[in-house]
Amino acid sequence: MRLSQAMGRRLIAAVPTLWLLLLFLIPFIIVFRISFSEVRLAIPPYTPLLGWHHGAPQIEVHWSAYSFLFTDPMYVSSYLYSLKVAAVSTLCCLLIGYPMAYAIARSGPATRPLLLMLIVLPFWTSFLLRVYAWIGLLKNNGVINNALLSLGVIDHPLALMQTDFAVYIGIVYSYLPFMILPLYANLEKHDLALLEAAADLGARPWRAFLSVTLPQSLPGIAAGSLLVFIPAVGEYVIPTLLGRPDQLMIGRVLSDEFFENRDWPVASAVAILILLLLIVPIMVFQRVERRQLEGLP
Amino acid sequence: MKPRGLLTRVALTLGLVFLYVPILSMIVFSFNNSRLVTVWDAAHSPTLKWYGVLVHNEQILTAAWLSIRIAVTAASAAVVLGTLAGVALARLGAFRGRLLLAGMVTAPIVMPEVITGLSLLLMFVALGQLIGWPKGTGAVTIALAHITFCMAYVTVVVQSRLAGFDESLEEAAMDLGARPLKVFFRITLPLILPAIASGWLLAFTLSWDDLVITQFVAGPGSSTLPMVVFSKVRFGVTPDVNALATILVLLVATGIAISTVWMRYQQRRRERDLQLAAAANL
Repeated sequence: MRLSQAMGRRLIAAVPTLWLLLLFLIPFIIVFRISFSEVRLAIPPYTPLLGWHHGAPQIEVHWSAYSFLFTDPMYVSSYLYSLKVAAVSTLCCLLIGYPMAYAIARSGPATRPLLLMLIVLPFWTSFLLRVYAWIGLLKNNGVINNALLSLGVIDHPLALMQTDFAVYIGIVYSYLPFMILPLYANLEKHDLALLEAAADLGARPWRAFLSVTLPQSLPGIAAGSLLVFIPAVGEYVIPTLLGRPDQLMIGRVLSDEFFENRDWPVASAVAILILLLLIVPIMVFQRVERRQLEGLP
Repeated sequence: MKPRGLLTRVALTLGLVFLYVPILSMIVFSFNNSRLVTVWDAAHSPTLKWYGVLVHNEQILTAAWLSIRIAVTAASAAVVLGTLAGVALARLGAFRGRLLLAGMVTAPIVMPEVITGLSLLLMFVALGQLIGWPKGTGAVTIALAHITFCMAYVTVVVQSRLAGFDESLEEAAMDLGARPLKVFFRITLPLILPAIASGWLLAFTLSWDDLVITQFVAGPGSSTLPMVVFSKVRFGVTPDVNALATILVLLVATGIAISTVWMRYQQRRRERDLQLAAAANL
């Protein structure tokens, strides 16, 4: 019985681990490996890792995909643009989401579940359709322009679609719940006695907020910001539907390299470079998340 | 104290308006007669015209049916795998490979979707060459991909639920001589059942909604609903998509309302049981 118990315990962890090895880790190793190949007209469309040279097996590593990415300024500018868009959107999410999370955390226990439900509900409806809704609002003869025109605020429609502004709106709109929920989870746990103590000691509300609430909520800010920033860097749908056609984000570049140009090594190299960029944020996120799950400070 | 309370409440109200105006505008314009979507045709509206167009659109219906089948499969498999992973991480203590599992299981949540999609497709292609399976991409590869990213969410939900309970109940059952499997089915599983249920719903929604990963691992003839919608809206606004959105919002709102009421009921029952137990102990 002891033996079967140990076997059972091992099996519980082994099944999901094996699944993730096969469908998560190995796929990355394959992407890594293909990024060091050269494109060729064959099936599969890249050079094999193990080549034959004068009758002896030889590992062939090509840097051409990477050197290509650094010689064409389009790729570098897409990377920088994606970072900028993700950073600005994360900041906007934080500035909008923090007061909202704060208001929910300080509202009465009866209204809190209702408010949380209102925050989460859009998330359960289709992401794609919510982005699509903004096309109807932002386009030249869309709802916003029609309203402003009929109110006489503007004479001719504002160009809102296919701008950086439209992409920011789309990302902030789609990812706002991901910012609010971790912030709420953090703010809700705060000990209000500390604020009272600060007030008793003569601190004005703003000062009490800055020196008591804000520092305590840093883990929530970190979790929320990373949950927005990391996926936003690789965002594909929002910039494709709302963004500028002349400045692509890096997720779109990856997809185009793969589907339009059929250049698997370059698409893989783009993926590896995005990962290199995000590996630190991802590890920080996992650390914050693990502490949260395991109840550590 | 007062002014700040007011300020954050105004911010909350404005934020909620921001979250709901786009959804409401889709609902309103789904009843608009005009093909110009955002120009209200007062003479002939409201109309159910676009709902009629929608239910006669074979392409959308076929895609929706495929999406439902994939989402049910993916959610059910993800719940099994995610529960195993969640139990392992929350209850097995330090075991070999713990860090590996913990690291891999939350990564798909934040990983940009284009990377997950590309890597899964390249893996399927490599596997197909190596062992001859899968033969090309389609519903099966979509489901496998969805299971993988959905199980991450289930794991987090189950693990955080288990973290909220200490192990004393399970230990007590063990001390009384229950075998581990029995402990799991009689104690642990009922405790985490709400987490498993919400994990399944979350996984279903994520699978049903996914576009980017699906586009990579889908093959010819296996277009899911988001793929069909995306190819439609990429070239402009179409009124029947508004009708589709309205139907989805209604379904989701009803589902959430029902589950909220059910959870309230469960909560009350649990509180009553606890009170009874406390009274019996006196």
